[in-house]
Amino acid sequence: MANFYTDNPDLKNHLSHPLMQKIVDLKERGYSDAEKFDYAPRDFEDAMDNYDKVLDIVGDICANTIAPNAESVDHQGPRVENNRVIYADATFENLDACRKAGLMGMAMPRRYGGLNFPITPYIMAADIVSRADTGFENLWGLQDCVETLYEFGNEEQREKYIPRVCEGETMSMDLTEPDAGSDLQSVMLKATEAPDGTWRLNGVKRFITNGDSDIHLVLARSEDGTRDGRGLSMFIYDKRDGGVDVRRIENKMGIKGSPTCELTYKNAKAELCGSRRLGLIKYVMALMNGARLGIAAQSVGVSEIAYREALAYANERQQFGKAIITFPAVYEMLSVMKAKLDASRALLYETSRFVDVYKAYEDIEREGTKLDKEQKDDLKKYRRLADACTPLVKGLASEYCNQNAYDSIQIHGGSGFMKDYACERVYRDARITSIYEGTTQLQVVAAIRHVTTGTYSAMIEDYATQPVSDELKPVADMLAGLAAKYNEAVEKVNAMGDTTYTDFMARRLVEMAGNLVMSWLHVTDATRYASESMTKSAKIYSKIAQAEVEKHAEFIANFTPDQIDLYKQA
Amino acid sequence: MSLNIIVLAKQVPDTRNVGKDAMKEDGTINRAALPAIFNPEDLNALEQALRIKDANPGSTVTILTMGLPRASEIIREAIFRGADTGIVLTDRVLGGADTLATSYSLAQAVKKFGNYDIILGGRQAIDGDTAQVGPQIAEKLGIPQVTYAEEIIDLKDGYVIVKRRLEQGVETVKAPLPCVVTVNGSAAECRPRNAKRIMKFKRVVSPSEKAKLDPEEQAYIDARPYLNLQEWGAAFVEADPEQIGMAGSPTKVKAIENVVFTAKESRRIDNDDAQLEELIKELIANHTIG
Repeated sequence: MANFYTDNPDLKNHLSHPLMQKIVDLKERGYSDAEKFDYAPRDFEDAMDNYDKVLDIVGDICANTIAPNAESVDHQGPRVENNRVIYADATFENLDACRKAGLMGMAMPRRYGGLNFPITPYIMAADIVSRADTGFENLWGLQDCVETLYEFGNEEQREKYIPRVCEGETMSMDLTEPDAGSDLQSVMLKATEAPDGTWRLNGVKRFITNGDSDIHLVLARSEDGTRDGRGLSMFIYDKRDGGVDVRRIENKMGIKGSPTCELTYKNAKAELCGSRRLGLIKYVMALMNGARLGIAAQSVGVSEIAYREALAYANERQQFGKAIITFPAVYEMLSVMKAKLDASRALLYETSRFVDVYKAYEDIEREGTKLDKEQKDDLKKYRRLADACTPLVKGLASEYCNQNAYDSIQIHGGSGFMKDYACERVYRDARITSIYEGTTQLQVVAAIRHVTTGTYSAMIEDYATQPVSDELKPVADMLAGLAAKYNEAVEKVNAMGDTTYTDFMARRLVEMAGNLVMSWLHVTDATRYASESMTKSAKIYSKIAQAEVEKHAEFIANFTPDQIDLYKQA
Repeated sequence: MSLNIIVLAKQVPDTRNVGKDAMKEDGTINRAALPAIFNPEDLNALEQALRIKDANPGSTVTILTMGLPRASEIIREAIFRGADTGIVLTDRVLGGADTLATSYSLAQAVKKFGNYDIILGGRQAIDGDTAQVGPQIAEKLGIPQVTYAEEIIDLKDGYVIVKRRLEQGVETVKAPLPCVVTVNGSAAECRPRNAKRIMKFKRVVSPSEKAKLDPEEQAYIDARPYLNLQEWGAAFVEADPEQIGMAGSPTKVKAIENVVFTAKESRRIDNDDAQLEELIKELIANHTIG
């Protein structure tokens, strides 16, 4: 039986990373749930075995239900009838399979009906689902909104909503408005408090993924007369209460199975989630960080399917009397695709582990246990690493999956331009990943301070102290030299002390940091897992990284601030 | 209304993934080259059973399988999908059984099981393709049988209403309980394995599997009755030695021939493994073989 988890040995390798011991120990708090829940693990090995078995189910459903449905979902798409979204037929089948398999609310605590999975195996499931159907990954993956409700909602709200998500109700995050896209501070949807303490929402939201979901998290202006982010609060809207209509859904280029809705709120009853005024500055930031990691996973899934489709075609297609994969122009492209895929995946799981550690600490604190000094420092360390890596992986993995989807079509030649092959859908589906949940340009804005303050440099230094296989020693030596060039470029930009100059160079610097971090992850992962394919990819990727970092270093070294004027438009 | 539902299931070699090593030189199946799987139509039967259970809370779905001790694997899989427990009917003396001896042995096990309301099974197994075992069990138990079932439409007041998929159309029949229903591959696919269930039940073992575990693990399993399967032998089900295994099987294999197709259209393929593999897959896909 085909299985998208077991046919990809890299996934099991990433899941077996040594940091998992710490993550699972923190997450399971002494494995005390085993006394209360018959499906809770009794120790670390048991928990890891659980993740493996559940991912096997994910891989099974993805290979045998969701992937075979992807084409019909793409063609049929959802529709709106009487202000409600009706999914494509096969989307219902996909959702039904995920619900019956119990794959909703995976990361939620068991007391609310969840599986209490760390982020890492959950993100792995997202990676696998996206390979099967990128658009469906949205509907399934929006379950991670519940994380925000869990973190900031009160106990009553948790008890009311989380079990419903675990049972399979879907979620959405209603943030964007016609005049508030990247700039969420301009959100205008009006929230007014009713005498009974509940709230009423009025206004319009646009581009809302799965906007007809069962449970919405809504960003709205609760403070009359304010104009900035400090006047915004977060609300929970329960579809059972009614008041929100779907005016229309967008006719999109890709991820067609995922309905993108325009919503009208007509005095819709809602509950305040958390404290007033913290909607954007605290909760949506948390929500977005989770969502960005989700899009990074989605991007890795896209890279995976793009690469696999291209590889299969290149093996099968004969020209000039032989399979086209034997031509240097083609195998070079395939190797580069694989290297970018592997690099993205390595950074994805590195990031998810960082998120796991700090979130587990935060949760321990939330439950009222005081952390000691050492634990507090650890929390801070991992939160910083997660903050640094989340925009990096979202930005780079989404750009890479677009490049891979492009090359996948290129390898298919004329056939790739036809609707007959999956690569055409993959190409369209890929395109949104570098746009939503913050464009690549916004990821750069979030990442640049970790360039200038040295978070990435410190990470690179740390990787350089880790064990390296003999075979990869020369690569490690090369990377050490490359890091010096990166640091030089950072120093130059920092020394300039000119924010426009920094902003102008930010993309290049962030890419350089990403190239180096991903090269090192490749090298250390390949060593740790003694993986032949990772070793090969490490060598290829570091060659790409070398060329890229040197290119950018050269550009920055030869660029003076006055040259920026050349680039200014109007 | 809580019901006792029995699902007959068989572990079979996966003949859908036949490769060039599928047959041995002597023309018999090379089981080592084929993964052992849950017979596909038995999964359709399991889904119907689980739907009956969904509609009748408190019902119990028990998997009954005859085979090697390792057939417990499919019981675990059924439990991950929603079944409650299972029985492996396994005994050296049961080996080599044809459909007659198999149905006799299984009927004996059902009698031993006692109080049951309905028995479901797949129409046929993909290794033998006989479709005889379900009906023969019904005969031996002296209860009605409904074959080619596509959907259990209703079950109440001591009757079951079943939609049958026949060559020329569909037919809806009503049968008194208890009865045997054999389910067609066109019926709803079985629900997937469930995450919580796989975590809860992954340690389910049969007595012979438990015996191989260390004492600590045995104690863990003993403390949780839901982790224990049953294993029954021929004597336990009071089977007549004359009617089981080789002795009870009138079917004798006289000879095995390799079928050689002659066709008007011919196609040339080169003598290499990859092309042969492709051809085999194609012939299975268009139902020429398999």
